[in-house]
Amino acid sequence: MAFGHSEPGDPPLVTTKILIAGGFGVGKTTMVGSISEIRPLRTEEPLTDRGVGVDDVSGVERKSTTTVAMDFGRITLTDRLVLYLFGTPGQERFWFMWDELALGALGAVVLADTRRLTDSFPSIDYFERRGTPFVVAVNCFDGADRHRPEDIAVALDLDPGIPVLLCDVRRRDSSKEVLISLVEHVLSWSETEPGPAGAAAPAG
Amino acid sequence: MNARGDRWFDREAGPVVRPYAMTRGRTRPRGETFDLIAVVEATGERPGDRLRYSPEHVRILRRCAEPVSVVDLASEIGLPLGVIRVLLGDLRDQGLVALAAIEPVGDRPNKGVLREVLNGLRAL
Repeated sequence: MAFGHSEPGDPPLVTTKILIAGGFGVGKTTMVGSISEIRPLRTEEPLTDRGVGVDDVSGVERKSTTTVAMDFGRITLTDRLVLYLFGTPGQERFWFMWDELALGALGAVVLADTRRLTDSFPSIDYFERRGTPFVVAVNCFDGADRHRPEDIAVALDLDPGIPVLLCDVRRRDSSKEVLISLVEHVLSWSETEPGPAGAAAPAG
Repeated sequence: MNARGDRWFDREAGPVVRPYAMTRGRTRPRGETFDLIAVVEATGERPGDRLRYSPEHVRILRRCAEPVSVVDLASEIGLPLGVIRVLLGDLRDQGLVALAAIEPVGDRPNKGVLREVLNGLRAL
Protein backbone atom coordinates (compact mmCIF):
# COMPACT_ATOMS: atom_id res chain seq x y z
CA MET A 1 0.00 0.00 0.00
CA ALA A 2 1.59 3.23 -1.07
CA PHE A 3 0.63 6.27 0.90
CA GLY A 4 3.49 8.40 -0.40
CA HIS A 5 6.29 9.90 1.57
CA SER A 6 4.84 12.17 4.20
CA GLU A 7 5.86 15.79 4.08
CA PRO A 8 5.93 18.02 7.11
CA GLY A 9 2.40 19.32 7.56
CA ASP A 10 0.74 16.32 5.90
CA PRO A 11 -2.02 14.83 8.02
CA PRO A 12 -0.57 11.71 9.60
CA LEU A 13 -1.77 8.27 8.64
CA VAL A 14 -4.25 7.07 11.26
CA THR A 15 -4.72 3.35 11.79
CA THR A 16 -7.40 1.62 13.79
CA LYS A 17 -8.53 -1.96 14.21
CA ILE A 18 -11.54 -4.16 14.77
CA LEU A 19 -11.30 -7.71 16.12
CA ILE A 20 -13.29 -10.53 14.58
CA ALA A 21 -13.76 -13.23 17.21
CA GLY A 22 -15.81 -16.37 17.64
CA GLY A 23 -15.48 -20.12 17.73
CA PHE A 24 -13.59 -22.33 15.33
CA GLY A 25 -15.13 -22.49 11.86
CA VAL A 26 -17.69 -19.77 12.47
CA GLY A 27 -16.56 -17.66 9.51
CA LYS A 28 -13.93 -15.25 10.86
CA THR A 29 -11.59 -15.66 7.91
CA THR A 30 -14.53 -15.53 5.51
CA MET A 31 -15.70 -12.26 6.99
CA VAL A 32 -12.26 -10.69 6.84
CA GLY A 33 -11.94 -11.90 3.25
CA SER A 34 -15.32 -10.63 2.10
CA ILE A 35 -14.63 -7.01 3.00
CA SER A 36 -10.86 -6.65 3.03
CA GLU A 37 -9.26 -4.97 0.04
CA ILE A 38 -6.49 -7.49 0.29
CA ARG A 39 -6.77 -11.23 0.42
CA PRO A 40 -6.83 -12.20 4.10
CA LEU A 41 -3.21 -12.26 4.97
CA ARG A 42 -1.79 -14.71 7.35
CA THR A 43 1.26 -13.67 9.20
CA GLU A 44 3.10 -15.65 11.78
CA GLU A 45 3.25 -14.65 15.36
CA PRO A 46 4.92 -14.69 17.76
CA LEU A 47 8.60 -15.14 18.14
CA THR A 48 8.85 -16.47 21.63
CA ASP A 49 11.74 -17.32 23.86
CA ARG A 50 9.79 -20.29 25.11
CA GLY A 51 11.58 -22.57 22.68
CA VAL A 52 15.08 -21.27 23.40
CA GLY A 53 17.33 -24.13 24.35
CA VAL A 54 14.69 -26.59 23.27
CA ASP A 55 13.88 -25.53 19.74
CA ASP A 56 16.37 -27.13 17.40
CA VAL A 57 16.27 -28.56 13.91
CA SER A 58 14.75 -31.78 15.14
CA GLY A 59 12.08 -29.81 16.95
CA VAL A 60 9.76 -29.19 14.03
CA GLU A 61 6.94 -30.55 16.14
CA ARG A 62 7.35 -27.49 18.32
CA LYS A 63 6.30 -25.30 15.45
CA SER A 64 2.68 -25.35 16.44
CA THR A 65 3.53 -24.03 19.86
CA THR A 66 5.93 -21.29 18.80
CA THR A 67 4.14 -19.77 15.84
CA VAL A 68 0.55 -19.13 14.92
CA ALA A 69 -1.07 -17.91 11.77
CA MET A 70 -2.88 -14.66 12.25
CA ASP A 71 -5.57 -13.47 9.87
CA PHE A 72 -5.79 -9.86 9.03
CA GLY A 73 -7.40 -7.69 6.43
CA ARG A 74 -7.27 -4.02 5.53
CA ILE A 75 -9.81 -1.43 4.47
CA THR A 76 -8.47 1.94 3.32
CA LEU A 77 -11.25 4.32 4.29
CA THR A 78 -9.59 7.55 3.22
CA ASP A 79 -6.09 8.44 2.12
CA ARG A 80 -5.19 9.00 5.75
CA LEU A 81 -7.38 6.48 7.58
CA VAL A 82 -6.91 2.73 7.45
CA LEU A 83 -9.02 0.14 9.25
CA TYR A 84 -7.51 -3.26 10.00
CA LEU A 85 -9.51 -6.37 10.77
CA PHE A 86 -7.88 -9.04 12.89
CA GLY A 87 -9.30 -12.50 13.20
CA THR A 88 -8.58 -13.72 16.71
CA PRO A 89 -6.80 -17.04 16.98
CA GLY A 90 -9.29 -19.69 17.93
CA GLN A 91 -7.22 -22.21 19.79
CA GLU A 92 -7.05 -21.81 23.52
CA ARG A 93 -3.29 -21.95 23.64
CA PHE A 94 -3.16 -18.65 21.77
CA TRP A 95 -5.24 -16.70 24.26
CA PHE A 96 -2.15 -14.78 25.31
CA MET A 97 -2.25 -13.05 21.93
CA TRP A 98 -5.69 -11.59 22.51
CA ASP A 99 -4.45 -8.92 24.88
CA GLU A 100 -2.19 -7.44 22.28
CA LEU A 101 -4.85 -7.65 19.59
CA ALA A 102 -7.46 -6.07 21.85
CA LEU A 103 -5.20 -3.25 23.01
CA GLY A 104 -6.47 -0.04 21.46
CA ALA A 105 -9.06 -1.82 19.32
CA LEU A 106 -12.08 0.21 18.28
CA GLY A 107 -14.26 -2.76 19.17
CA ALA A 108 -14.99 -6.36 18.33
CA VAL A 109 -17.41 -8.51 16.38
CA VAL A 110 -18.26 -11.84 17.98
CA LEU A 111 -19.41 -14.19 15.26
CA ALA A 112 -21.82 -16.86 16.42
CA ASP A 113 -23.36 -19.97 14.94
CA THR A 114 -26.73 -20.89 16.44
CA ARG A 115 -25.87 -24.58 16.19
CA ARG A 116 -22.89 -24.05 18.49
CA LEU A 117 -23.73 -20.98 20.52
CA THR A 118 -21.54 -22.02 23.43
CA ASP A 119 -18.48 -21.61 21.19
CA SER A 120 -18.95 -17.86 21.39
CA PHE A 121 -19.03 -17.70 25.20
CA PRO A 122 -15.26 -17.38 25.69
CA SER A 123 -15.08 -14.41 23.29
CA ILE A 124 -18.07 -12.66 24.87
CA ASP A 125 -16.66 -13.27 28.30
CA TYR A 126 -13.28 -11.90 27.29
CA PHE A 127 -14.62 -8.65 25.83
CA GLU A 128 -17.02 -8.11 28.74
CA ARG A 129 -14.21 -8.50 31.27
CA ARG A 130 -11.91 -6.26 29.27
CA GLY A 131 -14.50 -3.57 28.66
CA THR A 132 -14.10 -3.78 24.89
CA PRO A 133 -17.33 -2.80 23.13
CA PHE A 134 -18.68 -5.52 20.83
CA VAL A 135 -21.64 -6.70 18.81
CA VAL A 136 -22.75 -10.28 18.24
CA ALA A 137 -23.23 -11.21 14.60
CA VAL A 138 -25.01 -14.49 13.98
CA ASN A 139 -23.70 -16.00 10.80
CA CYS A 140 -26.70 -17.60 9.13
CA PHE A 141 -25.39 -20.87 7.80
CA ASP A 142 -27.37 -22.83 5.27
CA GLY A 143 -29.41 -25.42 7.08
CA ALA A 144 -29.22 -23.76 10.49
CA ASP A 145 -32.48 -22.84 12.18
CA ARG A 146 -33.26 -19.16 12.12
CA HIS A 147 -33.72 -17.60 15.51
CA ARG A 148 -34.85 -14.15 16.47
CA PRO A 149 -32.00 -11.89 17.62
CA GLU A 150 -33.86 -11.26 20.90
CA ASP A 151 -33.88 -14.97 21.66
CA ILE A 152 -30.19 -15.27 20.86
CA ALA A 153 -29.40 -12.36 23.19
CA VAL A 154 -31.20 -14.21 25.97
CA ALA A 155 -29.48 -17.50 25.16
CA LEU A 156 -26.10 -15.76 25.30
CA ASP A 157 -27.04 -13.92 28.49
CA LEU A 158 -25.94 -10.62 26.94
CA ASP A 159 -26.10 -7.36 28.78
CA PRO A 160 -28.96 -5.21 27.54
CA GLY A 161 -27.95 -2.86 24.76
CA ILE A 162 -25.48 -5.19 23.09
CA PRO A 163 -26.62 -5.43 19.47
CA VAL A 164 -27.30 -8.86 17.99
CA LEU A 165 -27.46 -9.01 14.21
CA LEU A 166 -28.11 -11.70 11.66
CA CYS A 167 -25.61 -11.78 8.84
CA ASP A 168 -24.11 -13.77 6.01
CA VAL A 169 -20.41 -13.00 6.14
CA ARG A 170 -19.83 -14.43 2.67
CA ARG A 171 -21.51 -11.28 1.37
CA ARG A 172 -19.54 -8.07 1.42
CA ASP A 173 -22.63 -5.92 2.07
CA SER A 174 -23.57 -8.03 5.04
CA SER A 175 -20.07 -7.84 6.55
CA LYS A 176 -20.10 -4.10 5.95
CA GLU A 177 -23.42 -3.73 7.80
CA VAL A 178 -21.99 -5.63 10.76
CA LEU A 179 -18.99 -3.29 10.94
CA ILE A 180 -21.24 -0.23 10.63
CA SER A 181 -23.43 -1.51 13.47
CA LEU A 182 -20.35 -2.02 15.61
CA VAL A 183 -19.06 1.52 15.06
CA GLU A 184 -22.52 2.96 15.73
CA HIS A 185 -22.67 0.91 18.91
CA VAL A 186 -19.23 2.12 19.99
CA LEU A 187 -20.24 5.74 19.38
CA SER A 188 -23.38 5.42 21.50
CA TRP A 189 -21.56 3.27 24.07
CA SER A 190 -18.85 5.88 24.52
CA GLU A 191 -21.57 8.40 25.38
CA THR A 192 -23.02 6.29 28.16
CA GLU A 193 -19.91 4.60 29.57
CA PRO A 194 -17.31 6.37 31.65
CA GLY A 195 -14.81 5.37 28.98
CA PRO A 196 -11.84 3.01 28.93
CA ALA A 197 -10.44 4.49 32.13
CA GLY A 198 -13.56 3.48 34.02
CA ALA A 199 -13.95 0.12 32.32
CA ALA A 200 -13.26 -3.05 34.19
CA ALA A 201 -9.61 -3.98 34.07
CA PRO A 202 -8.92 -7.30 32.41
CA ALA A 203 -8.21 -10.08 34.83
CA GLY A 204 -4.55 -10.84 35.30
CA MET B 1 6.23 -35.71 15.21
CA ASN B 2 3.25 -34.88 17.32
CA ALA B 3 0.60 -37.13 18.74
CA ARG B 4 -1.68 -36.89 15.73
CA GLY B 5 1.12 -37.85 13.39
CA ASP B 6 0.96 -34.64 11.35
CA ARG B 7 3.88 -33.80 9.13
CA TRP B 8 4.90 -30.44 7.75
CA PHE B 9 6.27 -30.06 4.26
CA ASP B 10 7.70 -27.15 2.31
CA ARG B 11 6.38 -23.78 3.55
CA GLU B 12 4.34 -25.49 6.24
CA ALA B 13 7.54 -26.71 7.79
CA GLY B 14 8.66 -23.13 8.34
CA PRO B 15 11.59 -21.17 7.03
CA VAL B 16 14.97 -22.79 6.48
CA VAL B 17 16.55 -19.97 8.44
CA ARG B 18 14.83 -20.02 11.79
CA PRO B 19 13.39 -16.65 12.84
CA TYR B 20 15.66 -16.34 15.85
CA ALA B 21 18.70 -16.63 13.60
CA MET B 22 17.64 -13.50 11.74
CA THR B 23 17.37 -11.63 15.02
CA ARG B 24 20.53 -13.21 16.45
CA GLY B 25 18.53 -14.77 19.24
CA ARG B 26 16.70 -11.65 20.28
CA THR B 27 12.97 -11.93 20.83
CA ARG B 28 12.02 -8.31 21.32
CA PRO B 29 13.41 -4.93 20.35
CA ARG B 30 15.35 -2.82 22.79
CA GLY B 31 13.01 -0.28 24.34
CA GLU B 32 9.37 0.10 23.47
CA THR B 33 8.01 -2.57 21.21
CA PHE B 34 6.07 -1.66 18.09
CA ASP B 35 2.29 -1.87 18.14
CA LEU B 36 0.76 -4.03 15.41
CA ILE B 37 -0.83 -1.07 13.68
CA ALA B 38 1.79 1.55 14.54
CA VAL B 39 2.93 3.46 11.47
CA VAL B 40 6.67 3.64 10.88
CA GLU B 41 8.62 5.64 8.37
CA ALA B 42 12.25 6.09 7.36
CA THR B 43 13.73 9.28 8.75
CA GLY B 44 15.78 9.92 5.64
CA GLU B 45 19.07 9.42 7.49
CA ARG B 46 21.61 7.52 5.42
CA PRO B 47 22.61 4.17 6.85
CA GLY B 48 26.34 4.34 7.57
CA ASP B 49 28.20 1.09 7.96
CA ARG B 50 26.40 -1.28 5.65
CA LEU B 51 28.09 -4.31 7.16
CA ARG B 52 26.07 -3.85 10.27
CA TYR B 53 22.78 -4.46 8.46
CA SER B 54 21.40 -7.73 7.22
CA PRO B 55 19.52 -8.03 3.92
CA GLU B 56 16.33 -8.05 6.00
CA HIS B 57 17.23 -4.72 7.60
CA VAL B 58 17.79 -3.26 4.15
CA ARG B 59 14.45 -4.56 2.84
CA ILE B 60 12.60 -3.13 5.82
CA LEU B 61 14.34 0.24 5.54
CA ARG B 62 13.57 0.42 1.83
CA ARG B 63 9.89 -0.33 2.42
CA CYS B 64 9.79 2.34 5.12
CA ALA B 65 10.50 5.04 2.54
CA GLU B 66 6.73 5.46 2.68
CA PRO B 67 4.69 5.33 5.91
CA VAL B 68 3.69 1.74 6.56
CA SER B 69 2.05 -0.09 9.44
CA VAL B 70 4.04 -2.76 11.25
CA VAL B 71 1.56 -5.49 10.33
CA ASP B 72 1.61 -4.54 6.64
CA LEU B 73 5.39 -4.50 6.77
CA ALA B 74 5.42 -8.04 8.18
CA SER B 75 3.07 -9.37 5.54
CA GLU B 76 4.72 -7.58 2.62
CA ILE B 77 8.27 -8.51 3.61
CA GLY B 78 7.10 -12.00 4.52
CA LEU B 79 8.73 -12.25 7.94
CA PRO B 80 7.15 -13.04 11.30
CA LEU B 81 6.04 -10.01 13.29
CA GLY B 82 8.49 -10.81 16.06
CA VAL B 83 11.39 -10.61 13.63
CA ILE B 84 10.12 -7.41 12.05
CA ARG B 85 9.87 -5.81 15.49
CA VAL B 86 13.41 -6.70 16.50
CA LEU B 87 14.88 -5.50 13.21
CA LEU B 88 12.78 -2.32 13.29
CA GLY B 89 14.18 -1.73 16.77
CA ASP B 90 17.71 -1.90 15.36
CA LEU B 91 16.80 0.64 12.69
CA ARG B 92 15.18 2.88 15.29
CA ASP B 93 18.29 2.68 17.49
CA GLN B 94 20.33 3.92 14.54
CA GLY B 95 17.90 6.78 13.92
CA LEU B 96 16.93 5.41 10.52
CA VAL B 97 13.26 4.70 11.24
CA ALA B 98 10.76 6.44 13.50
CA LEU B 99 7.11 6.14 14.43
CA ALA B 100 5.09 8.32 12.08
CA ALA B 101 1.87 8.41 14.06
CA ILE B 102 1.16 10.84 16.84
CA GLU B 103 -1.81 8.90 18.22
CA PRO B 104 -1.04 7.44 21.63
CA VAL B 105 -0.82 3.71 21.18
CA GLY B 106 -3.24 1.61 23.17
CA ASP B 107 -5.97 4.20 23.47
CA ARG B 108 -9.30 3.54 21.89
CA PRO B 109 -9.92 5.88 18.95
CA ASN B 110 -11.58 9.18 19.79
CA LYS B 111 -15.02 10.17 18.55
CA GLY B 112 -13.66 12.12 15.61
CA VAL B 113 -11.88 9.04 14.32
CA LEU B 114 -14.95 6.86 15.05
CA ARG B 115 -17.17 9.15 12.98
CA GLU B 116 -14.63 9.13 10.19
CA VAL B 117 -14.56 5.33 10.28
CA LEU B 118 -18.36 5.24 10.19
CA ASN B 119 -18.55 7.57 7.21
CA GLY B 120 -15.82 5.67 5.45
CA LEU B 121 -17.58 2.33 5.95
CA ARG B 122 -20.91 3.72 4.76
CA ALA B 123 -19.24 5.01 1.62
CA LEU B 124 -17.75 1.62 0.73
